[in-house]
Parts: sequence; C-alpha cells; structure tokens
Amino acid sequence: MHKIVTKQELAPKIKLFKVYAPDIASKAKPGQFIILVVGEKGERIPLTIAGYDVHEGTVAFVFNEVGKTTKQLGCFGKGDSISNILGPLGNPSEIKKFGRVLCVGGGVMVAPLYLQVRAFRKAGNEVTTVIGARIEDLLIFEKEMKEASDKLYVATDDGSKGFKGLDFLKDLLKTGRFQRAVVMGPVVTMKTVSEITKQFNIPTVVTLTPIMVDGMGMCGVCRVTVGGETKFACIDGPEFNGHKVDFEELVKRQRLFLPEERISSLFWEKMGGGCRGRA
Amino acid sequence: MAEPKPKPKIRKESVSMPKQKPEVRKHNFNEVALGYTEEQAVAEAERCLQCPKPQCVGGCPVEIEIPAFIKLIKEHKFEKAIKKVKEKNSLPAICGRVCPQEEQCQQQCVMGKAGEPVSIGRLERFVADYEMKKGVKTPQKQPPIGKKIAVIGAGPAGLTVAADLAKLGHEVVIFEALHKPGGVLVYGIPEFRLPKKIVAAEADYVGKLGATIKPNALIGRLFTIPELLKKRFDAVFIGTGAGLPRFLRLPGENLGGIYSANEFLIRVNLMKSYGFPEYDTPIRIGKKVAVVGAGNVAMDSARSALRLGAEKVYIVYRRSRKEMPARAEEIENAEEEGIIFKLLTNPTRFFGDEKGWVKQMECIKMQLGEPDESGRRSPVPVEDSEFLMDVDTVIIAVGRTPNPIIQRTTEGLKTTKWGTIVVDETTGKTNLEGVYAGGDIVTGEATVISAMGAGKKAARAIHEYLMNRR
Repeated sequence: MHKIVTKQELAPKIKLFKVYAPDIASKAKPGQFIILVVGEKGERIPLTIAGYDVHEGTVAFVFNEVGKTTKQLGCFGKGDSISNILGPLGNPSEIKKFGRVLCVGGGVMVAPLYLQVRAFRKAGNEVTTVIGARIEDLLIFEKEMKEASDKLYVATDDGSKGFKGLDFLKDLLKTGRFQRAVVMGPVVTMKTVSEITKQFNIPTVVTLTPIMVDGMGMCGVCRVTVGGETKFACIDGPEFNGHKVDFEELVKRQRLFLPEERISSLFWEKMGGGCRGRA
Repeated sequence: MAEPKPKPKIRKESVSMPKQKPEVRKHNFNEVALGYTEEQAVAEAERCLQCPKPQCVGGCPVEIEIPAFIKLIKEHKFEKAIKKVKEKNSLPAICGRVCPQEEQCQQQCVMGKAGEPVSIGRLERFVADYEMKKGVKTPQKQPPIGKKIAVIGAGPAGLTVAADLAKLGHEVVIFEALHKPGGVLVYGIPEFRLPKKIVAAEADYVGKLGATIKPNALIGRLFTIPELLKKRFDAVFIGTGAGLPRFLRLPGENLGGIYSANEFLIRVNLMKSYGFPEYDTPIRIGKKVAVVGAGNVAMDSARSALRLGAEKVYIVYRRSRKEMPARAEEIENAEEEGIIFKLLTNPTRFFGDEKGWVKQMECIKMQLGEPDESGRRSPVPVEDSEFLMDVDTVIIAVGRTPNPIIQRTTEGLKTTKWGTIVVDETTGKTNLEGVYAGGDIVTGEATVISAMGAGKKAARAIHEYLMNRR
C-alpha cells in the first residue's frame, strides 16, 4: 500500500500525486515510468514518473482524468492509499552533455519533462524549453519551467497563450543550433516536432506511452514499429528515435480500446462512481 | 466345504472423472473437470498394485511417494494421504490439475501395460481438494537457521524453492513482479483449467510455511541481484520464467485484434477481462477467431475465446495432428467444445480495415518434409496454395522466450544465445557465487512440474551451500 502524501490540482482535471514509495524513489531515474492498479478489480495503467525524492521516500506523477481509472484516482485524497504500484520501469533517459538541448512538452507530459529539463541542465547543457497545452487554462508547470530552463517558450493550440501551434519551432531551429531534442506529449505533438527537427537534422528522442498491461515485456500490446522493426515500448523504450517511429500505427494502436474505455467510464458512473464521500 | 472366494479382479480402466458437459462449459469459465468423489477416489486407489519397486516415483520430478499416498486413500485416511503428498510437494492442488501425468508418473505405471495406468494426478487433486475443503492446517515452523534467501518470481519454480527452504528453517523472501503471486499459474493458465482461488490458496500455504511474498517488485529494475546479495541475502534463486511472447514477424502483425497469446491470456486470467466492465481491463473478441499454434497455450487461448463469445474458433497449425505439442487431454477438450483444427496451414500476412483492425489472414498450405532437429517432420509450403481466411481476432501462440530483464541487469551472469541462464543441471547453480536458477528461465518454455522439479533440486543445493559456508 502506498500512501498519498500530496495531492495538488494543477489545472482542471489535471492532478499531481506524491506517493510514499521509498524503494521506487531510491531507484527512479528521469524517463522511467510506473504501473499502478486501483482496487481489486482495477486495470494496470502506466504513468511517467514526474519526480522522486529519496529523502522523503516519495514518487510523483501527474495524470489527466480522462478514463475510468484516472477519474477514480482523482477522487483519492491525501492520506488515501493506492494498493499496487510497480516500478521503476523502462530504460532511463540518456542524460549527458550534448550542448544545446531543446525540450518540448505537451499536456500532462510537461510534468515529467520538468525532470528532464533539470537533469539536462545539471549535466551542463543549455536548455531551451517549449511547453504547450490545448488552451491556456490547461497549461502546467510554467513557473517551474521558467526557473529551470535557459529559455522558455509557451504554445497553445488555440493561441490563447503564447504561440499558436508549433510552427514557430521552424524559426527557432533556423536561428539556434541544437544538438538534441527531447519531446514528451501527445502523439501528434511528438510527430509534428519530430518532422520539424528532421528537417534540421537534430537527433530527437520521443517518449512513447502506448497501451500497456504488464509493463515488463510479457504481453506485447505496447509494440511499436521503429525503423521498420517491432519494439516493445516497455522494455526496449519508452524512449525512441523520433525520426524512425511509425506514428500512424502508434495512433491506431492507442485507440484500440476506445469504445471499451467509454463503456468502462459509463459503467463506473452508473454504478455510483464519483468522488462522493471522499475528500 | 465352501470354495475360497475368488479375489476380486482389478479393473483395467481407470475411474473416469466427471466433467462439465461441452455444450454447457463452452459458455462459462468454471472448472471443466470436477474432481473425484470419495467413493471414486477410493475405487481408483484400489487399482494401485502397491509395487514393491514402484516405477511411478521415478517419473515424478518432485519425488512424491506415490504408492504410499495412494494406499492411504484406499484406507480412507485422506488427511494422512495429503500430508504424505505435502512432504514433497507444496502445490498439490495445482499439480493434480495441470501436470502432464500421462508423460510422467502415469507413463511408468505398471497398470498401463495391461490397461489404463492409475490416475495418480486425479488422486493427488482429490486429496488436495479434500484438505482445502476441510481447511488447510498451518504446518509447524522450523526454528530459524539464520540464513536469508531471495527468490525472484512467484511462479511454480519460485514457490517450490521457497516452500522447501522455508520448511528447513530458512528465511525466504519471494519478489514477484506482478501484483498477484503464481506466475504462469495466475496469468497463463485459464480459470476453467486451474481456478485462481486454488493458486491463491497454495501460494498462501507457501506463505504459511514461512516465506514472505512481495508483489510489485521487479528485480533488475527495483534492486539488482548484486544489490540483493550485498544488502541482506545469502543466496538468490532466479525463477523468472519464459514470459516474453514470440511473434510471427509477418506483415500486418501490429493490426488491432491481433494479440500475443500472453496478452490475451493475461487480460483474461490475471485481469479477469471476462468480467468486464465490472473488472476494468477490456478484451475484444470477434466472431471468427484464429489461434496460431497448437501447444497447450494455443488450446487455452482457443477455449477462452470460445467462452468469451466467439462463434468460430480455429487452431491454425503448420504441421499435422501428430506433431501438435499440446496434451492429448487438452486437444480432446478443445475438440469436444467445437474448436476447428486447420492443420498443415501457415499464416503469411494479415490485412486490416481502414480503422486498423485485422479482417483477413492470408495462409499457405503446408506439407511435411524431412525430420528437423526436433525429430518432427518439418513443414514445407505448397507452392501457389495461398488462400484467405476471414478473421476478426488472431491470437499468436507460437511460444514464449525468456524475460531478459535479469540478464540485462546482472553483470557477468552466463546466458545462452537464446537468453536462457546457464546452470549446473543437478544443482541449478549459475556461474555467479550464491546465485541459482531454475524453470523456464533455464530450459526455455516447458511444464509447471519440470519447473517445480528444478526448484526442488535448487532448494536442496542452496541449503547445502549455505550450511557448508561458514
């Protein structure tokens, strides 16, 4: 059992949890993820690690309440416990001195990107960060990112804050030389950014978050095509060369169970799901 | 004077075990085989000749004193009978259900020469279930020896090592990566062959013997083996199994609706997708399901697909019936339930719809050529015999390979080119001091009982190693 020691609402439906998991905290590295199960009948969902503190013995993650499990999780309060957390999983990021690093994050994945930004900075890189969201209200970690990065740009899909869309990246890459780009976010964001960085020949790492069940190589549902070869995101990744990933296939595979996910959510709500009686 | 009564003749046929009827069972996940009643068990036990030099024991990887426990059943001493079994085997309810006895103890049985061998497996199951109904007694614990052993993986091998070492008084911690113990017993073998409450009960018994089971602990990522040895353990046993799915590497294999047997079975067994949406994990099953492969995992997948509501389920296999690796009993069960066998047939590619779901599978006809290194005649494609099969779900059950996480994170551990761990056959000792391994991680995909046998040997070797090391 892992006690929730901090619960924070970062934006509507976007929550940060810090849970007590000293063993995982002592081993976690940027780029890795955890799998958690909520309750006896729960599913196993992967979440990228957004922070860890060896002294406190805590691990942090951020999630968006989109499906049944994340909605249910969102009802948990400080002091509640999560029954099963497995981790750290996946290969840690390659953090070293590259020179100038471009970090691009979108949606909830901005949170784990914050770990990367700090790690790259600590390794002696000059870090330019771009964070984005659909609309201004959903933007997270702006203040933290500003402090952690050498330069910060903000973009939203509707232009309600900062740049509208990611087209401005082309101008940014024309003027600045980057040795490495790191992208964490929705598949469309990773695809768009990878296409742009390819034009400028910047080695680009994307963090893939396909559907997973066990998270340790057993089921193969997380299989992705990278450079024509089938890889398992859980044990071969989750980071891959963004210029070689078959994003079209990834999008299709992420949507495999969309109808069932809706049913699951509806069923939960009909059965009296929700945060009643919970903090 | 009355003539002496003639000795009753021994029945040549074994007492058959009641089963759920095929037309009923193919719609539910309840156990197919229902187990012997007391009368049936005693009648079957009476068939045992009590050979002075029993051959059956030699066929048992965990060395159960078979004639002794059968004699106790004959005498209606069921509690003593299970005690006898448990002297050697801590997981009898599991073994009684899933061991391929026809290739092991029962193959050696003298009765088999004249008729059918004694159904040792069914008798083992009977006494185990008898005890479970009465309530399993907590065995007396040995005084602690003061040695600590880490067991990696709570599958058949790991649970056996842990049980045997705990019985001797060692402190044992089992690290299990999944959220429930049992390994393949809980994620692989379906409920209708091995109810999960039985796995939970026998894992619990291993706990009662004194072993601690830590779930959600993936060794290699959480702690490495060198860390375990440095930290607080005197020895380590690796029983991480053959958990990685093998794919066909054919075009279209990443389409939706194509599952590895592992994914399919993990969803259905471990995550109980058949209870969706009460259980969160979904599974989508089409009307026409093709299972590629013909081993036990393929049979389990096909029969599960049927129970999830598929209308037609095919076993697609590139060799002929004779070469099918599944147990005869499982093939028979599948056939009774209406699984269709498409033999000498091999898939070549998959076609999908615009949404990315599989809709057709192209196959080619095969014929048998010369025997290959496995001794089985190798299949050769028949030229221009390609044809299309309409399918909406495909389950790939062509074998599993060792999980690489331990090997990748344990420096210096000797492995083969197939990724299995190299050990001394009699002890399970690896090339690293104090590190042992057994089960599928050593042999590649094999049976539950052979993994348990390896666990038993390793437990003995670890005990000897720890007691001699001062």
